[in-house]
Amino acid sequence: METLILLLVTGLGLGALYFLIASGLSLIYGLMGVLNFAHGSFLTFGGFAGMEIARRIGAETWPQFILAIIVGGAAGALFASLTELLLIRPLYLRHIEQALITVGLSLASVALMEGIWGADPIYVSGPAILSEVTEIAGARIPNDRFLLIFGAVAILVGMLAFLRYTRFGLIIRAGVENRSMVTALGIDVRTAFTLVFAIGGLAAGIGGVLASQYFGYVSPHIGGTLLIFAFIVTIIGGLGSLVGAAIAAAIVGVLQQLANFYLGGTGDLIVVILLAAVLLLRPTGLLGKRAH
Amino acid sequence: MSLLSVKNLHAKIAGQQVVEDVSFEVPESGVTAVLGRNGVGKSSTLKALLGLIERSGEVSFDGKPIQNLPTHKIIRLGIGYVPEDREIFAGLTVAENLRLAERDSKPNREMVEELFPDIYSRLSQRAGTLSGGQQQMVSLARALLNTNRLLIVDEPTKGLAPKIVTQVSEVLKKAAETVPILLVEQNLKVVKQLAGPCIVLEGGQVVHTGDSNELLDSEELTMKFLGVHGGGKETGVS
Ligand SMILES: Nc1ncnc2c1ncn2[C@@H]1O[C@H](COP(=O)(O)OP(=O)(O)OP(=O)(O)O)[C@@H](O)[C@H]1O
Ligand SMILES: [Mg+2]
Repeated sequence: METLILLLVTGLGLGALYFLIASGLSLIYGLMGVLNFAHGSFLTFGGFAGMEIARRIGAETWPQFILAIIVGGAAGALFASLTELLLIRPLYLRHIEQALITVGLSLASVALMEGIWGADPIYVSGPAILSEVTEIAGARIPNDRFLLIFGAVAILVGMLAFLRYTRFGLIIRAGVENRSMVTALGIDVRTAFTLVFAIGGLAAGIGGVLASQYFGYVSPHIGGTLLIFAFIVTIIGGLGSLVGAAIAAAIVGVLQQLANFYLGGTGDLIVVILLAAVLLLRPTGLLGKRAH
Repeated sequence: MSLLSVKNLHAKIAGQQVVEDVSFEVPESGVTAVLGRNGVGKSSTLKALLGLIERSGEVSFDGKPIQNLPTHKIIRLGIGYVPEDREIFAGLTVAENLRLAERDSKPNREMVEELFPDIYSRLSQRAGTLSGGQQQMVSLARALLNTNRLLIVDEPTKGLAPKIVTQVSEVLKKAAETVPILLVEQNLKVVKQLAGPCIVLEGGQVVHTGDSNELLDSEELTMKFLGVHGGGKETGVS
């Protein structure tokens, strides 16, 4: 029982990291039809930015740690916005080229970050309480898991509120449904493109700081590893659906943990089987709209 | 001088030439009809001049070339577009659909509410759950909320019951008093009631230009261009 609880909470924590990447992937694909393979790099860059704050001013107190999260998020958002403006926008509507350039950016940015910070993991710590445990029904659960879950839920709520209550959110929701009709109402949908990149980059950058707490280190490769599962989560959840991505992220994270423990380390395999099953039985994903 | 002038317009969809060397003029007032059988390129011509599909040629609006402008800038010159099949945002509420469409700082909300009281009583309903007629009202309302210099309307009566066809026709007639309309319409009664000049397309090309009533009154011409017996015998929409 203790093990099960630990696995569940850890799975949700991992799912939270997947969601922080998948939410951006899903919004970007839903609105623009762009598969962004560089999204993992936004997370990695956010992680390093947070690490730099921790190194300079420390991250042991909550204000310092929150500053690291803010800077990590801002770094991710900046990286993502520049990506959209400089690389994606000039290739407007050329989806294959857009996807390819994000593959290139992903490889180049990982190499660049290796050049700056080295290929080896850099260990980071945060407020002491995060490395302590909380007992739930006998299970000793590392506190960082709760932070991850809280972070993902906060981002989900924030994004949903933004989509629901702001004019930009309205434009994004309409654009996910029918982009050309949005332009036919006289709206420059490209502003919304930069914005979804920025929002996706913000979530990923925050994810980078949180991931470095979960793993205990930051390295140029953390984003790439998480990205693969985030893509799977995005597809299972339904492209363009945030709530779908959140549900799928929780399912994938938990399933992976359970299978790794009870089925002899088959977590990744089970996730791929789940993906195949969803694609066969429900190609639009759990809450997806028609792909376009 | 004409308000909209189209010269040698070409457009492709998925590599296929759907508009070929189309030229025509839309005058400063009245309703100009674009006619022709199914699939001849009427909708594509409208989309091409709005920049919604890949196009080449010359299009000028009020003397200003617009063929290189992106769609949102063309619309912002003062064009209201009511696409074929409504294209309302099904997942948004009626209110959100309308709010999204407001481009002017002072939208004509009272006027539109008066025209379409039915949709204003359903503001919080998801637009995808509206009936076809109500969806068309939302689509028209989106365009009429703004003060336009030209309305481009694509088959507004498609698939609607006779009573709603009459209502739509009345709305367009009223709108045409203040703004010129470029109208694609298959319902010849509606054309007869509204239109002045007409352009007939076939195979992506203009095959006839003239006056709508003259065309519709001639058994021979309607048979030749539209493949139906003359609309001349039934006049007007009651
Ligand atoms: N998305 C598309 N992909 C491929 N071909 C298309 C597409 N849209 C239109 N076409 C083709 O372009 C041609 C012109 O279509 P268009 O919709 O402009 O005709 P239309 O005159 O508006 O017809 P209707 O009266 O039926 O609305 C048709 O042959 C159609 O099959
Ligand atoms: Mg058509």
